[in-house]
Amino acid sequence: MATRLASVLAEAAHKVHARLDGVTRVYPPRAGQGEVHALGPLSMELRAGEFFSVVGPSGCGKSTLLDVLAGLALPSAGTVEFEGKSVRGEVPDGVGVVFQEDASFPWLSVEDNVAFGLRRTGVEAAETRRRVDFAISFMGLNDFRRAYPSQLSGGMRQRVCIARTLVLQPRLILLDEPFGALDQQTRLLMGEELLRLWRETGATVLLITHALDEANLLSDRIGVMSARPGCFLDIVETGWPRERDSRLAERPDFGAVTARLWSYLRGESLRAMGQGMPQGAAGR
Amino acid sequence: MIKKATWIRTVVLVGAVGALEVVCRTGAIPATMVIAPSAMVTALVETLKSDEIGAHVKQTLSAVAVAMTLSIIGGFLVGFVLHWIPFLRRAFNPFLAAYYAIPHFAFYPLLIVIFGLGPAPLIVLATLFAMVAMIVATMAGLDRVPRVLLKTARIHRLSLVQEIWRIRLPAAAPHLLSGVKLAVAYSFIGVIAGEFILSTSGIGHEIAYAYDNFDNRRMYALILFVLGIVTAFNMAVYAYERRLARRRGTA
Repeated sequence: MATRLASVLAEAAHKVHARLDGVTRVYPPRAGQGEVHALGPLSMELRAGEFFSVVGPSGCGKSTLLDVLAGLALPSAGTVEFEGKSVRGEVPDGVGVVFQEDASFPWLSVEDNVAFGLRRTGVEAAETRRRVDFAISFMGLNDFRRAYPSQLSGGMRQRVCIARTLVLQPRLILLDEPFGALDQQTRLLMGEELLRLWRETGATVLLITHALDEANLLSDRIGVMSARPGCFLDIVETGWPRERDSRLAERPDFGAVTARLWSYLRGESLRAMGQGMPQGAAGR
Repeated sequence: MIKKATWIRTVVLVGAVGALEVVCRTGAIPATMVIAPSAMVTALVETLKSDEIGAHVKQTLSAVAVAMTLSIIGGFLVGFVLHWIPFLRRAFNPFLAAYYAIPHFAFYPLLIVIFGLGPAPLIVLATLFAMVAMIVATMAGLDRVPRVLLKTARIHRLSLVQEIWRIRLPAAAPHLLSGVKLAVAYSFIGVIAGEFILSTSGIGHEIAYAYDNFDNRRMYALILFVLGIVTAFNMAVYAYERRLARRRGTA
């Protein structure tokens, strides 16, 4: 199984899974302010099966980038492609998204939350049960199957949301600062689980984060974004082995990558602070 | 184990009823003003045994049921449309904000002219009185559906109907239920208060009639009956609301 997966991954290594070409996003003028140029022009290619992180100063358009790639927002200019097909304002089949905010449904149990997407897609009951069981145990939620989100911690609720995405067997997983609201220890553990998920599913992952260490530890490549309008300043290849965990942080070259990311971001963050955030343009 | 708050509530209630019983029995408050609670209960049993009260109860409760149904369904639909169409909402918002400042019962004579004698004007009055509470609650609930849940609906590629049915309505349910609770209470108030003013039958009319004839026993018996019915209704909705809230961790 592992060798087959490895050979598939090696073959796919440089296949383009998703592509953004000259993408911009401009918000129209609103009361009291002119139009806001939030993103781009920005071009990038996501390779099949890679773990790609995006870091950048606050308000640089990271979340806008994810929304455009997911088909949740239309680009003002440029094109978006997923598996060779154009993405225009509709989430393509095979794309899963996890947000920073708690997106669990408070009226459904953990089990029903996880099964939510499957029950309406016509997947057979037995197959639904199998996939839900797998996702629940993969995310360590076995003891909480019948619990409601209100009875869980923030980290556990985020696991529910990841499990809900996992059952749909997405080929591209987009994560918008999914651990942003969690404490440091939980973040580290969730990061390791995310690595395990990535390794075992073979999916392509794009993670938006503001934590440089997290991006460094988890990623094959890290896109560093400039202050608004966000463009890539550089894409840093980490070169870490596929089998990796938090012990990677002990390596001297780990610190060098983080230092390199910070050297880009320090000036950009200062620029972003000076620029100030227009109302409503952030976090969309 | 009974909670402290329940204890306090029970002690206050039993204490108040007990105190009223004592002051009535000792003659501190004359029976021409208030009768003792125990006498109210006895009078209620007698009144309910009499043949003629059944028709009044039936008339009042059916008018309340119709007004309740119309105000809940109508209020939900109007609230939904106003939430969905912002310019309509902007146009109607001032009316909604000022609505409960209008003395609705002043229009009762006009409603009788339009709808004639009988239950229709009462039902219209109670529906108008109750519906706006449901409209406001529906809009509040739908306004507060978290954006991230709507994004999640798009990720699951739900159709508009599925999004409304599976995301918006369950997310808005606690507010909708508050609206239902208010609509139930306002329907009772609307019908019974309407019967007080001009009706020739119904529990409200019977209470007013007993009052006019100095028939304190019958009057208090019927007031107790109305209290009992409204409390039972409210407790049923409250119990359901509690179940929902406990599940969502907001109890």
